[in-house]
Amino acid sequence: MRYDLEIIASWIEENSKVLGLGCGEGDLLYFLKNKKNAAITGIEIDESKVAVCIEKGLSILQGDINEEVLDYPPNSFDYVILSQTLQQIYNPLKLINSILNIGKKVIVSFPNFSHWTIRMQLMFLGWAPISNQLPYEWYNTPNIRVITIKDFRKFARKLNLHILKETAINTQNDDKTGEIVKLFDNIRASYGIFLIERKT
Amino acid sequence: MSDYSEFNKSRNSVGIVKKEYVIFSDKIMLESRMLFGPITIAYETYGTLNSDKSNAILILHALTGDSHVAGYYGEKDIKPGWWEFMVGPRKGIDTDKYFVICSNIISGCMGSTGPGSINPETSCPYATHFPLVTLGDMVTAQKKLIDHLGIEKLLAVIGGSIGGMQALAWSVKYPKTVISAILLATTARHSALAIAFNEVARQAIMADLNWNNGHYYDKKKPNAGLAVARMIGHITYLSDKSMRKKFGRRLQDKNNFSFNFSTDFQVENYLHYQGKKFVERFDANSFLYITKATDYFDFAREYGNDSLVMAFSKADAKFLVISFTSDWLYPTYQSKLMVKAMKKSGLDVSFCEIKADWGHDAFLLPSERFIEMIKNFLKNTYKEIFINSIRHKNPPVSSL
Repeated sequence: MRYDLEIIASWIEENSKVLGLGCGEGDLLYFLKNKKNAAITGIEIDESKVAVCIEKGLSILQGDINEEVLDYPPNSFDYVILSQTLQQIYNPLKLINSILNIGKKVIVSFPNFSHWTIRMQLMFLGWAPISNQLPYEWYNTPNIRVITIKDFRKFARKLNLHILKETAINTQNDDKTGEIVKLFDNIRASYGIFLIERKT
Repeated sequence: MSDYSEFNKSRNSVGIVKKEYVIFSDKIMLESRMLFGPITIAYETYGTLNSDKSNAILILHALTGDSHVAGYYGEKDIKPGWWEFMVGPRKGIDTDKYFVICSNIISGCMGSTGPGSINPETSCPYATHFPLVTLGDMVTAQKKLIDHLGIEKLLAVIGGSIGGMQALAWSVKYPKTVISAILLATTARHSALAIAFNEVARQAIMADLNWNNGHYYDKKKPNAGLAVARMIGHITYLSDKSMRKKFGRRLQDKNNFSFNFSTDFQVENYLHYQGKKFVERFDANSFLYITKATDYFDFAREYGNDSLVMAFSKADAKFLVISFTSDWLYPTYQSKLMVKAMKKSGLDVSFCEIKADWGHDAFLLPSERFIEMIKNFLKNTYKEIFINSIRHKNPPVSSL
């Protein structure tokens, strides 16, 4: 499993109800179902990935996460996970608010756009940055939002959210291994992962 | 549904099978509050029921299907059952693992009691004196068969099209019996479009003078009307793309138009052939009764006081819903409406829209993705009930 997903998995308590948005082939959900006895649901738009999830025995819905999250009653899940998808969302504020309604806790992870290699490219090369985490050109990228770790903290404050946990990580090329970044995370980390909830 | 089975002969088959019959002499209460009986049910089973009876799967056939899902009736039989590619040893619904049952719906004409059966009170065919049997009534009769076979739990009820509607009814009428339900290319109720096509098909039958208000069993049958009804139905099972690929504007055995009203286009020839073949095996009155019952079916109205969410709240099964991109008879949005309501009522549901060019009939055509999905869904459901039963028998020490 990817290093960032391992960290997310470690935050989830046993026997929880979990919704995974944009869950891909369901590696994390499969782990949570089998190792943490979680009741899981995934939402994924790609038919072939949905097929893989069903074959793994996961409960999965094919659909657009922005629409699918609207059908659940409030607090339907203990955790809603939005892993490495936020940067592709057209209306992040609306989506985050929706998932804070249906999940007691929300886990969000995203590639950190203020990583030093990205800053360097913009500063010295003057082009739209390309990194391992964001490997596309400006004209073909699905990643339409640029988010930094600092930005997300600011956003959480503005929405009056508790940040229960946050971890900044740096992953290796294969994404299977990595390390937690403690010092100057907004510059040195390739991903930020946050566990948030609404203040009651 | 169309006939495809002859096109995919497979060496790997359940082999020779036999149609069985069971007669229930006591009457059943129909949804129209009428008592009706006796009832004969024709059914077939494949595979072996295991000792704890936990591996039974009920397949529900569509409009013109029958109990003959897979296998052959004899050595010389060249045409296997209608879902041969899906049901058999090591196939999507693996008969080495599961005990598979399928019965002909009542109102049908393939062995179960229908309008063509003899009314014991008059010794004549019921014809249009047959009561209007709803899809819910068909399910009531299937439950009698399941009880008769001594089965308390169904690992899965599986149906496409009208079979899917029966699976829906099963899930709420007998929630304790149904562990999982697989709904294929189906809907919770007919759209105006679907009713309209059915009505044109029925009018074609009733406009045939041979129909004679349904009393034709000792006379000439309304074959012309029934053939037209079949042709109309058949168009709705295909898609623009599949017809373009299969026929285009190609001509049948000629290079030029005939400039009269004989068959010119291949698509015409195909429809004529389908119509002709259909009248050999199907009863016009059954067609009227089943299509009407299907138009009446409204899952929310019947089981949820007009609310889909309320209707699904009566179910306890795990659902797999599959739609097909080119199905314009029961388009994907209709499956998504069901899924939405299942989510709201807290059910465990998976949904996939499979890319397929073959229209509504896609569930009758082999595709690796489709077969694997069903196979693995069943495998995982079976595994889960096994694990749960162990947990139940041996609760963890901490909870003692």
